[in-house]
Amino acid sequence: MSDELRDLYQEVILDHGRHPRNHRHPEDPTHHARGDNPMCGDRVEVFLTLRDGVIADAAFEGRGCAISVASASMMTELVAGKTPEAAEALFRGFQALCTGADHTHLPDVDASDMERLEVMSGVRQFPMRVKCATLAWHTLSAAMAGADRASSETDGGKS
Amino acid sequence: MTAAAKTPATMPYDVHAVRADFPILSRQVHGRPLVYLDSAASAQKPRHVIDTMTEVMTAEYANVHRGVHWLSAAATRRFEEARTKVARFLNAAEDREIVFTRNATEAVNLVASSWGRANLREGDEVVISWLEHHANIVPWQMLRAEKGIVLKVVPVDDRGALVMEEYERLLASPRVRLVAMTAMSNALGTITPIAEVIELAHARGIPVLVDGCQAVTHLGVDVRALDCDFLVLSGHKLYGPTGVGVLYGKAELLSQMPPYQGGGDMIARVTFEETTFKDIPQRFEAGTPAIVEVIGLGAAIDYVSGLGLDRIRAHEQDVFDYASRRLQELNSVRVVGTAPERAGILSFTMEDVHPHDLATILDRSGVAVRAGHHCAQPLMDRFGVPATARASFGLYSTREEVDALVAGLERVREIFG
Repeated sequence: MSDELRDLYQEVILDHGRHPRNHRHPEDPTHHARGDNPMCGDRVEVFLTLRDGVIADAAFEGRGCAISVASASMMTELVAGKTPEAAEALFRGFQALCTGADHTHLPDVDASDMERLEVMSGVRQFPMRVKCATLAWHTLSAAMAGADRASSETDGGKS
Repeated sequence: MTAAAKTPATMPYDVHAVRADFPILSRQVHGRPLVYLDSAASAQKPRHVIDTMTEVMTAEYANVHRGVHWLSAAATRRFEEARTKVARFLNAAEDREIVFTRNATEAVNLVASSWGRANLREGDEVVISWLEHHANIVPWQMLRAEKGIVLKVVPVDDRGALVMEEYERLLASPRVRLVAMTAMSNALGTITPIAEVIELAHARGIPVLVDGCQAVTHLGVDVRALDCDFLVLSGHKLYGPTGVGVLYGKAELLSQMPPYQGGGDMIARVTFEETTFKDIPQRFEAGTPAIVEVIGLGAAIDYVSGLGLDRIRAHEQDVFDYASRRLQELNSVRVVGTAPERAGILSFTMEDVHPHDLATILDRSGVAVRAGHHCAQPLMDRFGVPATARASFGLYSTREEVDALVAGLERVREIFG
């Protein structure tokens, strides 16, 4: 098996893919949005409960590949307790990480969060799969902005 | 033309000689020999097509249907020869029944826009099936939004076969004005009983549009034997170039249809007050057509005809049957679509592995398969899957390639446990 495949499908990712955390539909989310990846028909719905200016709870539902489910799962764990601004900053950091851009000097990004996300960086070697990794984050961003729809199309590539 | 082509029908099919006609098949991907199992999305091109297109651009290229000069006459002759080749390939009665479009999608849109707008009104029904590609769904939905027509959908059973009793029931409505149906599913490989579909529709005076994209490649189509009223096909799935598709229409129907797009090449005379349109097929070919691509499609048809559709079909069936057997041996693989009549295409899922992940892993072993909804999302919903992996075969596919697919799937299992 190629090393690149090993990097992509690390045990942590496979585990999140098989047993996604926060995979549920909360009763009264304050914000939610649906994300579509038109390329593969995958869908994710992100539910947020904002309380006192922070994300008190983040959850998701949806179907998708191991990469997209693992990414959504890790995301819900990481953004809980953060302000929307901090979550948005982390999204920028994650986008940079997925595309191989320098993310070490981005402002307002928690270094230990980035360290946890590093496990997703194998996606860099698979440009067609970057959208899978970022779909949940785009949807999170749309939910926080009050939009009800997000699409992975904005990350380049072709459907 | 080539060593492999123009072989008598009795000769055994030498797939390795055929493969030598396709330059791309000798390349490597990720350091592994390419195993191209995505011909249903787009087929690879034989040297004969590549060379013909190069030769036209090198020696006989100019705009068509215009100039008095020698080159324009030469290009026009070759362009119109390609029309004749398509007409013969489909066994159309006349060359003018062949309209060149950008692709099969445009051909459906042409019928929906021109024939549909002229002939359909609010409450009229168009019958399609669950097996349709988006290209044979969305144009009718757009017409529904514009004209208030009604779309009726023939269901498929759990095997992915058309439910003919339901089709007959839908046909019984006095409001049905058109049947638009595929002859072979691009997602499941199901061959529909299109001859019977047409016969039943005609018994009620209803015209039929056939999506022939897969059928012309894998099965061959005789439009007069079928008696279909329209048929659309895509050049690039038939080993020709992209950018060219075909609408076949019976002359009597095409002649009554208003133009689709306006512009040059489709007019007889233009003044600012009034424009008269050319006869068919030019009436539907506004603007400079895909000249080189049309001639390339003609070359592709020569190549396919040279090998012989019957021999191609027998070879593809052998590879298909072998692949079906091999996939059945894999416990965690489920073939989606098990209709008794199938060809060329195998859709499948693997337990606990999303098709997207599967395709990525296969790709690293050089095996190219499609993962996704295959532009047939309603059909995916019918089978309760968001997507499938799809291996599709062509005239150059081999049993060894099926073995590579199976080895790749075993690797997927290793990674996902």
